[in-house]
Amino acid sequence: MQLHDLEKKFQEKIDKEIKIEPKDWMPEAYRKTNVRQISQHAHSEIVGMLPEGNWISRAPSLKRKAILIAKVQDEAGHGLYLYSAAETLGTSREQMIDDLHSGKAKYSSIFNYPTLTWADMGAVGWLVDGAAILNQVMLCRTSYGPYARAMVRICKEESFHQRQGFESLLVLSRGTPEQKAMCQDAINRWWWPSLMMFGPKDSESTNSDQSMKWKIKRKTNDELRQSFVNMAVEQVKLLGMTLPDPDLKWNEATKNYDFGEINWEEFWAVVKGNGPCNKQRLAARNKAHKEGAWVREAALAYAAKKAAREKAA
Amino acid sequence: MKIAIVKNYYGDFGGEETGGNVPKEYTADSTAWPLWEVFIRSKQGLDHKHAGSLKAADAQMAIENARDVYTRRQEGVSLWVVESKYIHASNPDDAESLYEPAEDKIYRHPTFYDLPDEIKHM
Ligand SMILES: [Fe+2]
Ligand SMILES: [Fe+2]
Repeated sequence: MQLHDLEKKFQEKIDKEIKIEPKDWMPEAYRKTNVRQISQHAHSEIVGMLPEGNWISRAPSLKRKAILIAKVQDEAGHGLYLYSAAETLGTSREQMIDDLHSGKAKYSSIFNYPTLTWADMGAVGWLVDGAAILNQVMLCRTSYGPYARAMVRICKEESFHQRQGFESLLVLSRGTPEQKAMCQDAINRWWWPSLMMFGPKDSESTNSDQSMKWKIKRKTNDELRQSFVNMAVEQVKLLGMTLPDPDLKWNEATKNYDFGEINWEEFWAVVKGNGPCNKQRLAARNKAHKEGAWVREAALAYAAKKAAREKAA
Repeated sequence: MKIAIVKNYYGDFGGEETGGNVPKEYTADSTAWPLWEVFIRSKQGLDHKHAGSLKAADAQMAIENARDVYTRRQEGVSLWVVESKYIHASNPDDAESLYEPAEDKIYRHPTFYDLPDEIKHM
């Protein structure tokens, strides 16, 4: 079959909502886009464990500690599901991890912001996981089968992440004046970076059109961002707190909340590696990988020895 | 009243040392473990179903990791693991010749047979 015939057949399948599976023919650019997006997504889950892992030993109660450990463990699993999905496209886990550790691959910029108080754990759950969920719910219907299945599993686990975060903020919002102030401060610091999680404006986004045509994405960055704003504006009222944006206003014509301009200079600075914690995050990942090398080696040696013994017996 | 929030500029924050993803040369990891496929029986009496895959040094570790990754919320009562390299798959290009011949054999389905309404228990 000619290349353009294959491409036509491929697009017909996509249009008919037939999932693409690992061994099916696919355009090279489709494969590449998926590898990049899925591995980036996997790296985000893994790096995302760092700011939260940082608070496990400082959680204010045993209950909060158990919840936080469970959440961080979930994120490790999410990373694994996604690495496996990317591997079905012919890349290797080692290659992806090397690319993360060398700084070649990207992960969500949100994790380059520091978590400075306990209230940040609540704000991260509510806003960061909340923003991620909108994207992930959309991706449950993405056209590449293994990616979609990984997302379905992730979404099932993800909703507790947002709920525990909001509940934790709710407790603070009803607490002492200090706790209330901490709650508001965390919301102030996490609000704008959370809006940036949806990526550049549609008018600036380069690969958006093709991704929509291939149904890798089904909603644009701006659409997702707008639904996030609409939800958060209502939710923050239950906390008795405010969002740090004087331009937030209901727009009767569009039936949306209008919001202020995002600081895109900051967005690009963090993407390019100049956020508050970019260096720490990569250093922490590299250190863990390097210091874990002997464990991986020992497990392999032990498995080989055991197999030899079983063969001899 | 003045309210002071204690911010922890340690552990998660690096002070001056910020910025700059400097690309380094790396080689593929020689300590990598093989890939395994995981199958879960969700309830006694049901089949094992493919759940996903993971890396492990041997079968025992694969089962332990599968328990940690795939059954944290009571998703299963039994696990199978098999090293991925032992799985053989049919080729999608052969799908037509493999599965289409079944399409015109409708006599293999009970609804193909027209029987009088009076007949019971059949
Ligand atoms: Fe996650
Ligand atoms: Fe999460």
